[in-house]
Amino acid sequence: MGQYVADGIILGATLALGAIGLTLTYNILRFANFAHGEFLTFGAYFALVFAAWFAGGATLGPLTFGPGFLAAIVAAVLLTGGLALLLDALLFRQLRRSEFAVALVIASFGASLMLRNVIVFVWGSQPEYYSRNIAVAHEVLPGVRLSADEMFVIVLTAMLMVALHLFLQRTRLGKEMRAVSDNPSLASVTGIDVRRVIRWTWLIGAGLAAVAGVLFGLTVQISPEMGFNLILPMFAAAILGGVGSIYGAVLGGLVIGLAESLSVPLIGPAYKPAVAFALMFLILLVYPKGILGERS
Amino acid sequence: MSGMLSYLVFFLIQALIFAVVCLGLNLQWGYTGLFNIGVSGFFLVGAYAFAIVCGPPSASHIGGWGASSALGLAASVAASAIVAFIVGIPTLRLREDYLAIVTIGFASILQLVALNAQELTGGSRGLSGIPRLLAGEFDTVFERNLPMLVVMIVVVAVLYAGLEAMVRSPWGRVLKAIREDEQAAGSLGKDPFAFRLQSFVIGSAIMGLGGALYASFIGFVSPEDFMPILTFQVWTMLVVGGSGNNKGAVLGALVIWAVWTLSGTAAQALLPPDLQVKGGAGQIVLIGVALMAMLLFRPRGLIGEEAAVSRGAHLEVTPEQAVHADKP
Repeated sequence: MGQYVADGIILGATLALGAIGLTLTYNILRFANFAHGEFLTFGAYFALVFAAWFAGGATLGPLTFGPGFLAAIVAAVLLTGGLALLLDALLFRQLRRSEFAVALVIASFGASLMLRNVIVFVWGSQPEYYSRNIAVAHEVLPGVRLSADEMFVIVLTAMLMVALHLFLQRTRLGKEMRAVSDNPSLASVTGIDVRRVIRWTWLIGAGLAAVAGVLFGLTVQISPEMGFNLILPMFAAAILGGVGSIYGAVLGGLVIGLAESLSVPLIGPAYKPAVAFALMFLILLVYPKGILGERS
Repeated sequence: MSGMLSYLVFFLIQALIFAVVCLGLNLQWGYTGLFNIGVSGFFLVGAYAFAIVCGPPSASHIGGWGASSALGLAASVAASAIVAFIVGIPTLRLREDYLAIVTIGFASILQLVALNAQELTGGSRGLSGIPRLLAGEFDTVFERNLPMLVVMIVVVAVLYAGLEAMVRSPWGRVLKAIREDEQAAGSLGKDPFAFRLQSFVIGSAIMGLGGALYASFIGFVSPEDFMPILTFQVWTMLVVGGSGNNKGAVLGALVIWAVWTLSGTAAQALLPPDLQVKGGAGQIVLIGVALMAMLLFRPRGLIGEEAAVSRGAHLEVTPEQAVHADKP
């Protein structure tokens, strides 16, 4: 039981990081970005490339990777942010101008499939791993065994959450982002550069997604389908928490992660992906605003 | 030469099956503005319903009642309509993006069920030996496919005529009115939710019919036949052909299926075996580029929606205005 909770928190941490970007783009750019899952995938593959470059040297304590891997994560975040900006410049910005709102969603759905196949094209469809080292699990609490890598996932996610919280509450850019998210026209009238805010939204959302992808790759595996398989639980997390609410996305991610993990002893692993969907369906049915949502 | 002809017949049957699905999507998206990206799910329900009802008896799963094709088609239409009803109730009142998320989720859950509910669907091995619509002994594949092509042409023609009558009826005008301005339609006493649900259920039932036709044509269904790529193909067909125009839906199906098959054949002929997977990926990227380019540069598609103006009003509609008339 305790083990399932721990596994759920680790999955939930990944989902929460991914859902933050999803909820940000949903709120600020006003569309459901189906290509967001591919930011996770690209983040994971970018890190794979850099991890190979920076390989060598000792591993950090009990972790399966060395300091080079941390550099690889940073590089993956930057590249994935760049990918998001590129996608925005080539596609989404043009479509935003055309006022044909749902075209954005269709385009993102198409972009998702294309990006996934670019991955297959470049890296092939075989699953990959960052390290062949075996992550030894230690008993950290009675009945709960975690590997050092999994502890790293939890700690890094917690640190990113705190950093994001401080960024949104304390910095000028963070406040501007919240203002644009509340009311883009009003924000624009008060002199906020909405385009700059949109750029940063992409960078932060895609950057966090890249981290989520790397962490998922670290604890599970890297595959072209990983982002697509995670997009539904991430949407479920965003909707459950309330679309537009960053704290809601974190909460939603944890709830979905825990629910998926705890469902395994009850209904078996085959229908695990259906749990997130069932929860989302239920929320839409009875409380479409979501737990921490403000708008309907 | 007969090989070419035989292949052409095979190609046209497949393209027309896609045209059926595309017509269903056009009712939902083109006329009502419903953003359904779970096309593969409704297709799956129709295909499996037909396979279960009409397939040969089997010890490993239920169904296989060997029912008549007409009963099988009816079961497929009914099953996909019921699924659409269940999906539509909570989502059609909400923002359009929610329908997108729920339908794509439902499609992947249905695929999961197809993979795991072995007693019903045969699991990953799928269901085989599904009978053809037209029973009988034929000497060659060509002779067997030709009647099927005739059936498909009749099905598409009937569907086309029926849908045209529907969208030009007062009912169809309400759909468009809701698509353009929900509040205005509501203030005239039309219940947007009820009309959306009707359109969604009918459109999905048509997709289910497409699935049944596919199952009977190929004779075999397995979970891998219903990947999200199918949804993507149908959407590309509709966007390229011109959403809001039933002729466009059929044309798009033919054009995109031709591009798809030709690029697939080219990739197979030109690429070494170890690069085939990459060829398939490149094919999808190619179709994706076509979709993006269409969305960016010609959002109305090859033949877009006709501007709806009263017969009494002699207005000159410029292409510019027609584009604006498209907007949901």
